[in-house]
Amino acid sequence: MTVASDPPLRTPKRPSRLFKNLMAKLASIPMILTALVVFVGGTMWTVVYSFTGSRMLPKTNWVGFDQYERLWSSDRWIISIKNLGIYGGCSMIFTLVLGFCLAACLDRKIRFETAFRTIFLYPFALSFVVTGLAWQWILNPEFGLQSVVRGWGWESFTFNPLNDPETVMFGLLIAGLWQGTGLIMCIMLAGLRGIDDDIWNAAKVDGIGTIKTYVVVIIPMMRPVFITSLVLIASGIIKLYDLVVAQTGGGPGLSSEVPAKYVIELMFRAQNLGQGFAASTMMLCSVVIILIPWAYLEFGGRKRG
Amino acid sequence: MADMTLTGPSGPKPKKAFSRANIFLYGTLIMVSMYYLLPLYVMIVTSLKGMPEIRMGNVFGPPMEVTFEPWVKAWSEACTGINCDGLSRGFGNSVRILIPSLLLSISIASINGYALSNWKFKGSEVFFTILIIGAFIPYQTMLYPIVILLREIGLMGSIGGLVLVHTIFGMPILTLLFRNYFASIPEELFKAARVDGAGFWQIYFQIMLPMALPIFVVAIILQVTGIWNDFLFGVIYTKPATYPMTVQLNNIVNSVQGVKEYNVNMAATLLTGLVPLIIYFASGKLFVRGIAAGAVKG
Repeated sequence: MTVASDPPLRTPKRPSRLFKNLMAKLASIPMILTALVVFVGGTMWTVVYSFTGSRMLPKTNWVGFDQYERLWSSDRWIISIKNLGIYGGCSMIFTLVLGFCLAACLDRKIRFETAFRTIFLYPFALSFVVTGLAWQWILNPEFGLQSVVRGWGWESFTFNPLNDPETVMFGLLIAGLWQGTGLIMCIMLAGLRGIDDDIWNAAKVDGIGTIKTYVVVIIPMMRPVFITSLVLIASGIIKLYDLVVAQTGGGPGLSSEVPAKYVIELMFRAQNLGQGFAASTMMLCSVVIILIPWAYLEFGGRKRG
Repeated sequence: MADMTLTGPSGPKPKKAFSRANIFLYGTLIMVSMYYLLPLYVMIVTSLKGMPEIRMGNVFGPPMEVTFEPWVKAWSEACTGINCDGLSRGFGNSVRILIPSLLLSISIASINGYALSNWKFKGSEVFFTILIIGAFIPYQTMLYPIVILLREIGLMGSIGGLVLVHTIFGMPILTLLFRNYFASIPEELFKAARVDGAGFWQIYFQIMLPMALPIFVVAIILQVTGIWNDFLFGVIYTKPATYPMTVQLNNIVNSVQGVKEYNVNMAATLLTGLVPLIIYFASGKLFVRGIAAGAVKG
């Protein structure tokens, strides 16, 4: 029994191609406008205007790469990049390791799995503002964790990351990990569930230990899951903004500034649009650098439907 | 079969409940759970204490005298700048932003997804690809062009403008969600309806929509948490009178004037987190499905 694909209707007068599927085209107008005007148009506009000397209002006085030169000689921007590097590197490693370990624990056919999963994932439902404020309170040196431990008798205990320029990014990291690892755990868990039981049985027959099976067999099999997680974490790191504003406000001093915050401050507070555009173009570049290898790995190797 | 039971016990050998591996496993999970639960616990106990008790006591200790005054104050009296009408205004704004954004973004995205999977036209896949790539572009790159756009159509600073922004930025992920779902519906169903003479809208409303209810729930969960938790767009595209709850919360807690009332701050923080938390605990598996659909494919 063969199902014939529906034969094209041959009418003597074929209507213009533009009107074929007219309703679908009309219904897609919002999508087309969003894609072309906002995403393509908006991005190009910003890139083009990053070569102008715009200050309060966008102007077309071309200044070449001046804005970029000024950007890379600005201390604040360099600090922002360094901070994001520290936060990003640690966040990437800890999220992947913690996410995978938690998923592996939950996959060991344990009891109360749903309860544990619910606990690990609930921070992801909360906003970064809520996350930042909650941790700001816990890390408060006068009343928070530090004072409690001191109250237990350990008088010299010091844990005050949010007021120390050296460690403030780790204070943010604690909150960021709290909010974000649940998601990665869920993705990893879905990946682990997708692995056939036969693999485990085969490993057992061969006498390979549980941990070794994870490292040698399971993790290589989960490569696509890891790559997806990596892209997700990376795109989240570049967007880092709300958490910083809520938890530290960029302080103490400039020691927890991040690029996304730099862009917004320059555009909307310092009224230096050109700098903001140049900085956001740099953010765009970093995303492109992350995305191209991923797109190549995902779609380049073999064609998918 | 009755005699099956006579052949002796079947199934795998029962495991000992308290093996060393198990103790380690549950120990780890419980330790990690404490890290995850701690902030919620601390927020709750802090919000129920009076200020004297907070200054004296232990941040982890349960309240000696439970008071709901901080909650009342956070809701109706907490100050941002000169306005002292509490978070209730931000809550109202957030609701007024959420409902239209939800309706608009989900209806547009579901129609997009339907058109993309059943009514492909020349270029439709190209637009869709651009849309998906657009989801990865940092918002900062598009912030200012949208400011210009909103100014041109007169929506800058209004709730309508923010609704439009949420509709635009929710579109990639939601369209993907609906497109994948509609693509999984057997094509024969669509063809049969076509043979019967049903058109674009008729098929959408009478066949696709009723079948897609579960995915609508997933989309609603995704959008409610996403829009409610938004801070960036709220802070840029609205003005103080129309600030959503997250922005107002940040202004209340991080304001430099006045004496810090930590219990009120924590009550305000919890109030802001309440809506997504309720959605999360009520939706259970669907929430996971929503983020998995959004994350793994996107």
